[in-house]
Amino acid sequence: MKEQIIFSMKAPYREDFQIKGYSFGKGMKSACILGPIRGNEVQQLYICSQLIKALRELEKNGCITNNKEILVIPCINYYSMNVGRKFWPVDNTDINRMFPGNEEESTSSRIASGLLKAIKDYSYGIQFASFYLNGEFVPHVRMMETGYQNTSLANLFGLPYVVVRKPQPIDTKTLNFNWQNEMTAAFSVYTNSNDQVDEKSAKQAVAAVLRFLTRMGLIKYESHSGYISHIILEEDLSNVSSMKSGIFKRLIETGQEVRYGQELGYVIDPFLGDVVETIVADTEGIVFFSHTEPLVNEGDIVYRLIHRLHE
Amino acid sequence: MIENVTKAALYVHENLVIRRNRICPEHGYEDRGRICVVTGAHGDELEGQFVCYELIRRINAEKEKLRGTVDIYPALNPLGMDTGVRTVPIMDMDLNHMFPGQKDGTMMDKVIASIVDSLKGAEVVIDVHASDTFVKEIPQARISEEFEDMMVPYAKQLNIDLIWINAATTVHESSLASSMCKLGVPALIMEMGLGNRINREYGEQVVDGILHLMHKLCLWEGEDIPVKEPRIIRNDDISFIRASESGIFMPLAENDTFVTKGTVLGEMIDPLLGEVIYQVKAKCDGRLFTLREHPLAYEGALIGRILKEEKEKSS
Repeated sequence: MKEQIIFSMKAPYREDFQIKGYSFGKGMKSACILGPIRGNEVQQLYICSQLIKALRELEKNGCITNNKEILVIPCINYYSMNVGRKFWPVDNTDINRMFPGNEEESTSSRIASGLLKAIKDYSYGIQFASFYLNGEFVPHVRMMETGYQNTSLANLFGLPYVVVRKPQPIDTKTLNFNWQNEMTAAFSVYTNSNDQVDEKSAKQAVAAVLRFLTRMGLIKYESHSGYISHIILEEDLSNVSSMKSGIFKRLIETGQEVRYGQELGYVIDPFLGDVVETIVADTEGIVFFSHTEPLVNEGDIVYRLIHRLHE
Repeated sequence: MIENVTKAALYVHENLVIRRNRICPEHGYEDRGRICVVTGAHGDELEGQFVCYELIRRINAEKEKLRGTVDIYPALNPLGMDTGVRTVPIMDMDLNHMFPGQKDGTMMDKVIASIVDSLKGAEVVIDVHASDTFVKEIPQARISEEFEDMMVPYAKQLNIDLIWINAATTVHESSLASSMCKLGVPALIMEMGLGNRINREYGEQVVDGILHLMHKLCLWEGEDIPVKEPRIIRNDDISFIRASESGIFMPLAENDTFVTKGTVLGEMIDPLLGEVIYQVKAKCDGRLFTLREHPLAYEGALIGRILKEEKEKSS
């Protein structure tokens, strides 16, 4: 394992900001794995640390393929993590909305530019990311429909689902979109947690990445074959919204199968304690996303269902 | 007439309400069209509050001269305004990066989609912003290159100093202005002043401009004050000054002044060592039209912008 500094910058009141990377093997820039760009992505940090631990062991045993280099950057935005902020602490900009970045522009744009410059030549890019909706997802691989996306490759992670998202204007500044435009086969891997460590899905994510690296011939590793992923277009997910606001009581876990008309949760009046809404499934299928916060606004998406899919 | 544009119940015993003040011509007068003035997308930008107040005050003072409908939205992000934060609280997302919204999306997506619906059919939409809390700006319009031909004729009437084509971050395609233009509704962004502050002079200047535009659109027959001829600029016309090292920026120049190449605009100081890290100097002659107000500056932070080759007009 070789430690390297990917990007550095001086700060007036803190130790220098340094994005560190850990590389395994030597030769062709084959796979790059990225951890948190946002300060609340603790699960993503944990997964990267466990991957580095696994890759160290594999390298010690001579299991990294010759002439292949794997780079893991366990954390980009630890400055925000250390002060309990989600975005860049000085100006609250989201680094994951600054790509491709520019080394002559703002601080976060320079960070984005410096990072992309360091990782754009890798053949495969894997980012442990988070979504703008707070809640729990079924572990999945997500990719943007840029024209360069390759769902067959995404299938090799062996996670239950691969989601293809049609880019919205807001997506064009993300790392995934711009990484794909640099011709890296870029994947975002989502587990079912962000600001808490979920051991089970973290292990699943580590196994998925090792499986992918094995299947791409970058490491020698015996792993379970995983799932044959189900490919979903994001626009085909069925949103279930709350009609009332209040305290949200979830009845169904992410990944469970539900039937049409099944009760999924309750909204409780926060003052009077009465159930003011029973949320029911408007289709049969698998719960892909669920709202996990205890409170809910009128109109919030509380579940996203994979329409007519069965276990 | 105060109207609720959209309403959604928040977690506990409160509604998020987007309100507008609709002012219509007096009974018996023709209504020739509608203009919308929106502001408060960013909770730390208050310049638009005075613009709303002053525009309503002046129209009401001569209401018999109004020939169209004026819709004024003081707070597109009321929770951000109330808490003084730029983004939408809890989501921590920039409202002006969420347009045009989605009718089957999150609560805020739905709220935004309702705002967009309410703006459809307007002759023009003016979205008033106030820079941010970091740098101070002179009154200007920002327009994307894509909609330059459509929007420059409107912007020229607004009594502003500059029309900046393609100031990328503010006219991003998920902004209100860009989304409305895509729907065929002329819309532009105005920027002026500084976050969390109100500059009365700038506010009066742009209200003169909005009334002039209304006059041009035959929506207003009240007093019409001659307006400034704005300079149309692009990124190539601007010298951007960014911090080459992190530190505390102490300005030595005033914003909206003319500087020459080498003029010291300020000093970047180190409070621990008691030293000047470096002097920030102008790289060209021109008009300093943006200057940093927030002292802490990391490498890359915007310190100022100079409009190249603009000479001070001799009196």
